[in-house]
Amino acid sequence: MNEDLSDRKIDRSKMKISDEVAIQIEHMHKWYGEFHVLKDINLTVHKGERIVVCGPSGSGKSTMIRCINRLEEHQQGRIIVNGIELTDDIKKIDEIRREVGMCFQHFNLFPHLTVLENCTLAPIWVRKMPKKDAEEIAMKYLERVKIPEQADKYPGQLSGGQQQRVAIARSLCMNPKIMLFDEPTSALDPEMIKEVLDVMITLAEEGMTMICVTHEMGFARKVANRVIFMDGGEIIEENDPENFFTNPQSDRTKLFLSQILDH
Amino acid sequence: MTDITAQEPRQYTPGEHPDLPPPSTAIGVIAWMREHLFSSWFNTILTVLILYFVYDVVSGVFQWAVLDATFTGSSAKDCTGGGACWPFVTNRFGQFMYGFYPEELRWRVNLGYAIAVIAMIPLFIERVRRKGWILAFLLVVYPFIAFYLFYGGSFFGLLPKGSGLEIVETARWGGLMVTLVIAVTGIVASFPLGILLALGRRSKLPAIKTFCIVFIELWRGVPLISVLFMASVMLPLFLPPGITFDKLLRALIGVSLFSSAYMAEVVRGGLQAIPKGQTEAAQALGLSYWKTMRLVILPQALKLVIPGIVSTFIGLFKDTTLVLIIGLFDLLGIVQVGLTDANWLGESVPVTGYVFAAFSFWIFCFSMSRYSMHLERKLHTGHKR
Ligand SMILES: Nc1ncnc2c1ncn2[C@@H]1O[C@H](COP(=O)(O)OP(=O)(O)OP(=O)(O)O)[C@@H](O)[C@H]1O
Ligand SMILES: [Mg+2]
Repeated sequence: MNEDLSDRKIDRSKMKISDEVAIQIEHMHKWYGEFHVLKDINLTVHKGERIVVCGPSGSGKSTMIRCINRLEEHQQGRIIVNGIELTDDIKKIDEIRREVGMCFQHFNLFPHLTVLENCTLAPIWVRKMPKKDAEEIAMKYLERVKIPEQADKYPGQLSGGQQQRVAIARSLCMNPKIMLFDEPTSALDPEMIKEVLDVMITLAEEGMTMICVTHEMGFARKVANRVIFMDGGEIIEENDPENFFTNPQSDRTKLFLSQILDH
Repeated sequence: MTDITAQEPRQYTPGEHPDLPPPSTAIGVIAWMREHLFSSWFNTILTVLILYFVYDVVSGVFQWAVLDATFTGSSAKDCTGGGACWPFVTNRFGQFMYGFYPEELRWRVNLGYAIAVIAMIPLFIERVRRKGWILAFLLVVYPFIAFYLFYGGSFFGLLPKGSGLEIVETARWGGLMVTLVIAVTGIVASFPLGILLALGRRSKLPAIKTFCIVFIELWRGVPLISVLFMASVMLPLFLPPGITFDKLLRALIGVSLFSSAYMAEVVRGGLQAIPKGQTEAAQALGLSYWKTMRLVILPQALKLVIPGIVSTFIGLFKDTTLVLIIGLFDLLGIVQVGLTDANWLGESVPVTGYVFAAFSFWIFCFSMSRYSMHLERKLHTGHKR
């Protein structure tokens, strides 16, 4: 829970969910060897939706969202992102990765590049943008995440919260249509969590389609339009935040909620 | 003491008086020595013993190399001082550097060296931009220039017959020139080859992976001497009769492949140390495999293993001496040839020759080692989290 968030008024004017489908997952299964990690996942995400995924450790949350940009391969079922189906076709995978940004628990910034170079790398080499334009855009997003003054530093010289904000800026520089977050705040000290969540809220206010694996229930309540609960590789429950927290249906959800809301 | 403690501690406002140099007894040389060399009676004894030992060695070397040495002369008979016989080196210096390369054509070798050195200077200057082009010139264009200058001939048949530089067969090359040609070719070839092999060994494609493992383990499993033997004795047996293969070229290929196997394992060590998250982040941004490797993984991995890479290079540089056994004369080989000269049969001559060879090797290897330290410091980008 993050109570600090409660003082922030959320501007919902641009948070519109369209009829267009951004991500469609149909009967998706995945195995690690013998181990059945994901079982019959079905999920449709519309443009502009903000989805929070939660569930106990090892339930397959990371694996599921990593399937969406093919960091993990699924073995059965279909995943369609922005109208493109994920297959072994490398061209299509690249196309999808260009449109889907991702932030990791451990930031995964490139330590040998400065903050600015981290942000311009993909626009220059993937989008073939001239260096100057890429830098301009990078500075714009660094300003958005409120660290333009750190542009020339190396990631190793920044705090965790600053690093995660750089990571978000780095993804945004590719101008993605969908953002995936895998526990972006769980490696951070409490006082840095807020600065990262703030950036994520701003992103949501601008109408970004987001899937966030997170246990920040304050964030889920305020920003999400849907909360998904996973356990044992299955989607157990799916509801709007209000009902999810006040009126959970399954026993497993109740147990999980009592565990994370209690401490 | 007493009046100091009695005084009220004075408030110090920053900038009140200028910084003074620290008192010499507290921080200077004397204090340093007291702290590091004479801090206890045991340390004092060690310090004295080591000083005595250093003095003994340095004075002995000085006595041999300067005081008792002979500096002028034309044969071993002139070396009577009991120290170094420097005329052996000065009289044969040309041979030590170029082997049996015709004296009047040695300017070609020098010109080749000069072009390389001049092209390399901007690489060491911080401010110079577009170093990639210079590097490309050195790696792609320069080898052809050097080959033409050193060997001569019609430049792969491109020049009309008889118009090019006079041909100097590789059999006449020798001395430091051969050492440098083999070492530099080996280094330049084994670096990219080693990287490719290392990447291949981590590939998901079984065919590529197997090939790389077999290649690496095969070459690492045999001593360089036997590789050279195979190249010079066995290879001709497999080739159709009439086809000859330059001896130096065979050595070059053997040395390059041999050290690329070692390089591959060093680089693989670096690749393994890079967290998986780096690849994932690069892929999530849409970078292709090769771009991920080139822009994200290799710069980090290679930086990590600079000491290992340079060790491999230094090993390769010293291993060039082994080409002696297939009849090529590198620096050490040519010195040994000189020792068999009837003019230079004397007690002090071999020592002098070997010291000279050892010192020459040391200069090159030590420079490489220093350069690697410089690189490591330059590429350091703050602590990792
Ligand atoms: N590369 C792998 N090989 C085999 N099993 C794996 C691999 N990666 C994950 N798993 C297993 O898959 C299951 C799901 O992992 P996943 O990382 O998706 O869980 P999670 O819900 O994200 O958990 P957490 O909250 O701890 O991050 C776990 O039981 C894990 O042990
Ligand atoms: Mg996870």
